[in-house]
Amino acid sequence: MNGFTIATPAQVLAIDVRLPDLDYAAMAPMLVLFGAACLGVLVDAFAPRQSRHTIQFALSFIALTVALLAVIREARVGSRELTADVALAIDGPTLFLQGTLAVLGIVALLLVGERALEKGGPFVSQAAIPVGSEADRRQAREEGATEVFPLTLFALSGMMLFVAANDLLTMFVALEVFSLPLYLLCALARRRRLVSQEAALKYFLLGAFASAFFIFGMALLYGFAGTVSFGGIHDAALLATTSPLLLFTGLAMVAVGLLFKIAAVPFHVWTPDVYQGAPTSVTAFMAACTKVAAFGGLLRVLYVAFDRARWDIEPVIGTIAILTMLVGAILAVTQTDIKRLLAYSSIANAGYLLVGALAFSKEGLSSAMFYLAAYGFTVIAAFAVITLVRDDDGEATHLSRWAGLGREAPLVAGVFTFLMLAFAGIPLTSGFTSKFAVFGAALGVGEAWPVALVIVGVVTSMILAFPYLRVVVMMWLSEPAEQSPTVAIPGAFTSAALMVGVLATLLLGVFPSPVLDLADRAAEFIR
Amino acid sequence: MGGYLGSYATLGLLLAVGVLFFLVAMTANRLLRTNRPSAAKSTTYECGLDPVGGDWAQAQIRYYVYAYLYVLFAVEAVFLFPWAVIFDDPGFGMTAVVEMGIFVGVLALGLLYAWRKRVLQWT
Amino acid sequence: MHASAYEVLASAASGTLSSFWLLIVIPAASGGILLLLGRRADRWGHLLGCASVGVAFVLGLVYFFQLGGLPATDRRATLDLFTFIQVAALKVDFGLLFDPLSAVFVLLITGVGFLIHVYAVGYMADDPKRRTFFAYFNIFVAAMLLLVLGNNYVMLYIGWEGVGLASYLLISFWYTRPSAATAGKKAFIMNRVGDAGLAIAIFVMFANLHTVSYDGVFANVDRFTSGTTLALGLLLLIGACGKSGQFPLQAWLPDAMEGPTPVSALIHAATMVTAGVYLIARSNPIFDANPTAQAVVAAVGAVTLLIGCIIGCAKDDIKRVLAWSTVSQIGYMFLGVGLGGGAYALAIIHLLAHGFFKAGLFLGAGSVMHAMNDQVDIRRFGGLWKYMKITWITFGVGWLAIIGIPPLSGFFSKEPIIAEAFDRPGWAGWVLGFAALLGAGLTAFYMTRLFVLTFHGPERWTDDIKHPHESPPVMTVPLMLLAIGSAAAGALMATPVQDWLNPTVFGVEGGEVPEHVHLSHTVVTILSIAITVLGGLLGWWLFRNGTSLQEQPAGPVVTAARKNLYGDTVNETVFEKPGTYLTRALVYFDNKGIDGLVNGLAAAVGGGSGRLRRAQTGFVRSYALSMLGGALLVAVAFLVVRLG
Repeated sequence: MNGFTIATPAQVLAIDVRLPDLDYAAMAPMLVLFGAACLGVLVDAFAPRQSRHTIQFALSFIALTVALLAVIREARVGSRELTADVALAIDGPTLFLQGTLAVLGIVALLLVGERALEKGGPFVSQAAIPVGSEADRRQAREEGATEVFPLTLFALSGMMLFVAANDLLTMFVALEVFSLPLYLLCALARRRRLVSQEAALKYFLLGAFASAFFIFGMALLYGFAGTVSFGGIHDAALLATTSPLLLFTGLAMVAVGLLFKIAAVPFHVWTPDVYQGAPTSVTAFMAACTKVAAFGGLLRVLYVAFDRARWDIEPVIGTIAILTMLVGAILAVTQTDIKRLLAYSSIANAGYLLVGALAFSKEGLSSAMFYLAAYGFTVIAAFAVITLVRDDDGEATHLSRWAGLGREAPLVAGVFTFLMLAFAGIPLTSGFTSKFAVFGAALGVGEAWPVALVIVGVVTSMILAFPYLRVVVMMWLSEPAEQSPTVAIPGAFTSAALMVGVLATLLLGVFPSPVLDLADRAAEFIR
Repeated sequence: MGGYLGSYATLGLLLAVGVLFFLVAMTANRLLRTNRPSAAKSTTYECGLDPVGGDWAQAQIRYYVYAYLYVLFAVEAVFLFPWAVIFDDPGFGMTAVVEMGIFVGVLALGLLYAWRKRVLQWT
Repeated sequence: MHASAYEVLASAASGTLSSFWLLIVIPAASGGILLLLGRRADRWGHLLGCASVGVAFVLGLVYFFQLGGLPATDRRATLDLFTFIQVAALKVDFGLLFDPLSAVFVLLITGVGFLIHVYAVGYMADDPKRRTFFAYFNIFVAAMLLLVLGNNYVMLYIGWEGVGLASYLLISFWYTRPSAATAGKKAFIMNRVGDAGLAIAIFVMFANLHTVSYDGVFANVDRFTSGTTLALGLLLLIGACGKSGQFPLQAWLPDAMEGPTPVSALIHAATMVTAGVYLIARSNPIFDANPTAQAVVAAVGAVTLLIGCIIGCAKDDIKRVLAWSTVSQIGYMFLGVGLGGGAYALAIIHLLAHGFFKAGLFLGAGSVMHAMNDQVDIRRFGGLWKYMKITWITFGVGWLAIIGIPPLSGFFSKEPIIAEAFDRPGWAGWVLGFAALLGAGLTAFYMTRLFVLTFHGPERWTDDIKHPHESPPVMTVPLMLLAIGSAAAGALMATPVQDWLNPTVFGVEGGEVPEHVHLSHTVVTILSIAITVLGGLLGWWLFRNGTSLQEQPAGPVVTAARKNLYGDTVNETVFEKPGTYLTRALVYFDNKGIDGLVNGLAAAVGGGSGRLRRAQTGFVRSYALSMLGGALLVAVAFLVVRLG
C-alpha cells in the first residue's frame, strides 16, 4: 500500500540513470548571468586596472539585459514546464519573479556602478583582510575595485535559480549560491570597514545557522516523502501513511530557513545590523532582490509542496506574520539611523507580504508578487537617496544629521518625502496599491485568519507611518544641525536609478492595472 | 516495550541511573562538607601554574586560503568518481564530458583568480 | 426608507455632465504647475491658484444646473475613467459620481474655497512662499473634490488621505514654531486612528460583498448580518470622528489652528472637517440598517457639541474659541446624521450654512489679527468696532448666524435639528433634545463673549499697537460675500435643499411630516430662541465692560474646560504611555535577545550600570540564541496545531 519507499543502495544501482532533459532556452536567464559572472572573474584577473570598471559594468549590464530578454521571450512562448527532470519549474511565477529580479537587478546595478559620489567607488576588493592591518589600509586607498560586479551577478543567478527551484535540494544549492556572494558584498565597504565586516560576519554566521535548519528540515521531509521534489512531498502529504511528525517538523525547519531570509520575526535579528553595516548600494540590492527571491521560494514551498497543510500552516505562520508586522512597525518608531529604520520597515513589509502569501489563493500569489515588484523599486530609490546625503566620513545616516535637509536640497528631500509617503501607504503611490491588493486578496478568502491578519496589517501600517513621517518632519521642519551634511550631486547612474524607482512608485500607484494583470496571469504554479 | 525505540530502553535506564548517582553523590557531598571559601581557593586551579594571558590563539590567516582551495578540489573529486563510472555509458558520452569540463573549468577559474591576485604566495 | 429599497440607477454621465472630471483635474493641474515651475511662477502663481478654483466653481454651477434639469429620479451621473486596481474578485474603478449630495458639496468647496483663495491673496501678500501655499491649497481642493466625487469607498479613501496630507502640510509647513510641528503631529496621529477605522471598514465591505462601490454596497446592505452593519457603522464612525474632530478624537482640531488663518477657514472650518459628516450621510443605507449604530452617532454628536461649547466658554485665543465652536457645530451635524431619516438633509443644510458663517468668522478673525500684529488673545482686544467697520459688521453677521438668531442662516439650520432630536422616541429624545438646546444656549454665550470682548468695551491693547487698520479690499470683499451668504443662505436653502437631497440620496419622501413625540415644533422653536437670547444677553452683560487682562484662577469646572476637559491627559494615559512602555519592552528584547535578557537580569540584580550596558550586545550569539528559540517554538507550534 506504501506508494513510495526509501530506496536502498541496491535499488539505487538498479535505477536506470539517464541524463535529464534540459530546456536550455528556459534556463537561459540563469546561465547567461552565471556565465557573465565567470567572465567577470576573468576580467578582474586579467584586464588592466583602469579599464576594469567600464568593462565590468558593461558586461553586467548587458548580461542582465540579455537575461531579461530571455525571460520575456520565454514568457511570450508561454512555457509552463518542469525541466532538468523535475528540479526546475518554469511557470508563471518563476518568469514573473525572474523578470522582476532582472529589472530590479539592473536598477541596483546602476547604484553599485556609481563612481561619481566617491573617488574610486565605495568598494574595496577583498572582504576578509583584518581591519587596521597594513594591507587593509592599502586597499582602502587603492581605487577601482570591481569584484562587486561578478559577485552581484553570481547572487542574481542564484536568486533566479531559487525562484525556479522545484525541489528542496536545488533550492538549497540556489540558496547558498545567492547567499555566499551577499555575505562577501556586505563586507566590501570602503568606509567604516569594521562595521562592514561585522555585518558580513553576523550575516554569514546566522545565515549558515539558518541553512543548517533548512538542511535538517530537508532531511526530515525526505524521510517523510522519500523524495525532495515539491510534487512528491505534496503527493506524500496526500496519502499520509507516514508519521506527520516528520512532515511537520521538517516543514518547520525548512520554514525557519526561509523565514530567516525574508527577515520574519523572530528570525529578523540580523537585518538592522546588516542593513546598517553593508555598503548602501548593496543594502539596496539586498532589500529589493533578496526579498523577491526569498519570497518567491517561500511561496513555491507553501503553495506547491504544502498546500494540503494550509490549515496547520496558517495559525503558525500567521502568528509569525502578526509578530513581524508588530515588531517591525513598533521598533521602526524608535530608530535614529535611517538605514536601521528602513531595515525595520523592511521587516514589517515582510509581514505584509506574508499576509498575501497566507491567503493560499491565486489572488494571494499575484498580489504578493505585485507587492514584491512595487516594494523593490521604492526601496532601491530610497537607498539611492541615502547614498547622496554625505559628509566628510561618507554617508551621514544618523537621522539628526538629516535635519533641515529640505532647505538645502529641496529636490532630493522632496523625492525622499514622496518615497516615505509611498512606504506609509498613502494613496496614489505603489505603497497603497500593493498593500491594498495584498489585504484585498487575503480578505477575498473570507476566513478568520486572513481577516485577523488584515486588521493587524492595517493597524501596523498606521503605526509605521510615524517613523516615515518623522523623517519628513525632520527634513523640512527642523533647524539644520551645526555641521549639516551636504547633498552630493548624483551621478548619471544614481540619477537614472532614482528616476526609475520614483517613476515606478508613482506609476504603480496611479495605473497599477497592467502590472497587476501581468501578475494575475502569471499566478499559477505547476507541480 | 517493543519496537524500534524499545531497544534503547536499557540505555535510557543506564543514563537515568548515572544521573541519579551523580546527583545523590554531589548532594551528599554538599550536605556533609564544611564550607570555608577563601580568595586562594576560588582561583581557577589550586595547584600547578597560574593561568596567564587570554585563551585566544592566533593562527596564520594564509592557512585558511590553502585549506579552502584544498576543500574545493576534494569536493570536486567526490563528483568526479561517480562521473567516471558512467560517462561512457550509452546516452552520456560527449554531453557528460562537456558538462564535467565546465564544472572543472569553473573551479579552475577560482584558482586562476587566486593566482592572479597573488593569494598563493606565502610571503 | 428601508435599506433594501436602495435602487441602482442606470446613470452613465452624458452630455455636458460627461466632463465633470474637470472639476478635480483643474485645481490639481494648477497645483502641479505651481509646484513644478517653482520660482518662475512666483509673480502670478496666486492668480492662477484663485482662477483654477474660480473656474471649478463656475463649472460646478453648470453641472449643478445640468443635474437639476434632469427628472428627480435620474439625478445622478457616473463616470468610470479606468480600472484602478483589479485583483480577481476585487475590482476598483477610478470612478466618479455626481449626484445631488456631491453637487452641494462641490458648490460649497469651490464656492467658499474660491472666496478664501481670494482672501489669502491679501493675507499671504508678504509671505515669500505664497506660491507654494497656493499650490498646496489647490491640491487640497482637488483632493477634497475627489473625496466627494468618488463613486466608491476607495476613491473616497484616496481623497480622504489626500486632504489629510494637504492639511498636514499646510498646518506644519508654514510655521517653524515647534508648536506648529507638534500640532501637525497630533493632527496626523488622531487622523491615523480615524483612517485605520475607515480602512478596516472598507476591507470589511470587500470581505463580505467583494465590492467597495457605493452602488454595490448599498444595494446589498440587507445581506449583512446586524453585527456586520453595526461593526461597519462604528468603524465608519471612527473614521468620521478622526477627520471631523469628534469625541473622542477631538483634541487635534483646535491645535491645528497653528496654521495660517485661511487654512483654518478653508480646511478646519468649512470643508475638510465636514468630510466625516459627508461619509456618514453618504453611507446612509448602512446606518439606516442599524439603529444602534445610528444611536451611537447621535450620542457622539451630542457629547461633542457639549464638550465644544464648554471648552469654548473658557478659551481666550480667538482662533481656538472658533475652533472649539467648529467642533461643537459639527457635533450638531453628527447629531443630525445620527438621527437619520429627514435629519440627514438637515445636517447637510447646517453643514452648508456653517461653511459660510464659520469661514466668515475665521476670515474675520484673521482680519482682526492682521490689525493687531498677529495677536490672538481676546483679553487684549476691545473697542475695535470703531477702527474696522467692515470686519465688525461681517463678524457680527457671522456671530448672529452661528448662535441662531432668526432670520439668519444658523436659525434655519440648527433649530430643525434640535426639533428633530426631541422627536426621537423614548428617553433618548429628551436627552438628545436637551443637550442640543443647552448647546444652543452655551453657543450664544461664548460667541457673544468673543464678539463683545473683541469689538466692544474698553480698548485693552498691548502697548505696541497704536492704530489698528481695516484690511485691504481683497480681504474685505470675501468677508462681505461670506456675510451675505451667512445671512441669507439659511432661509434660502432650507426647503430647496431638502427637496433636492431627500428623494434621490436619502430615500425620504418629500411630503413626510415627522411625528412630534415630546414637544411640538412651535414649543421647540420658542425654547431655542429663548435660550439663545438668554445666553447672548448673559454674555453681553458679563463682558460689556471688558475683562481682566490675565487669566484668573478659577474653580474646578473652568480649569477643566481650560485644559480641554483633560482630553490630552486622557489621550496620554490611554494611548501614549502604554505605547511607550510596549516600545521600550520590545526594544529591550530586540537589542538583547534572550541572552541579553538573562544578562540583563543579572545586571539588574547586581545593580551595576556598566554591566547593564555590556548586556546591550548586538552579539551574534544572542541573535543565534533567539533564532534557536524561535525555531523551537515554530516546530512545537506546528506539532501542537497538528496533534494538539
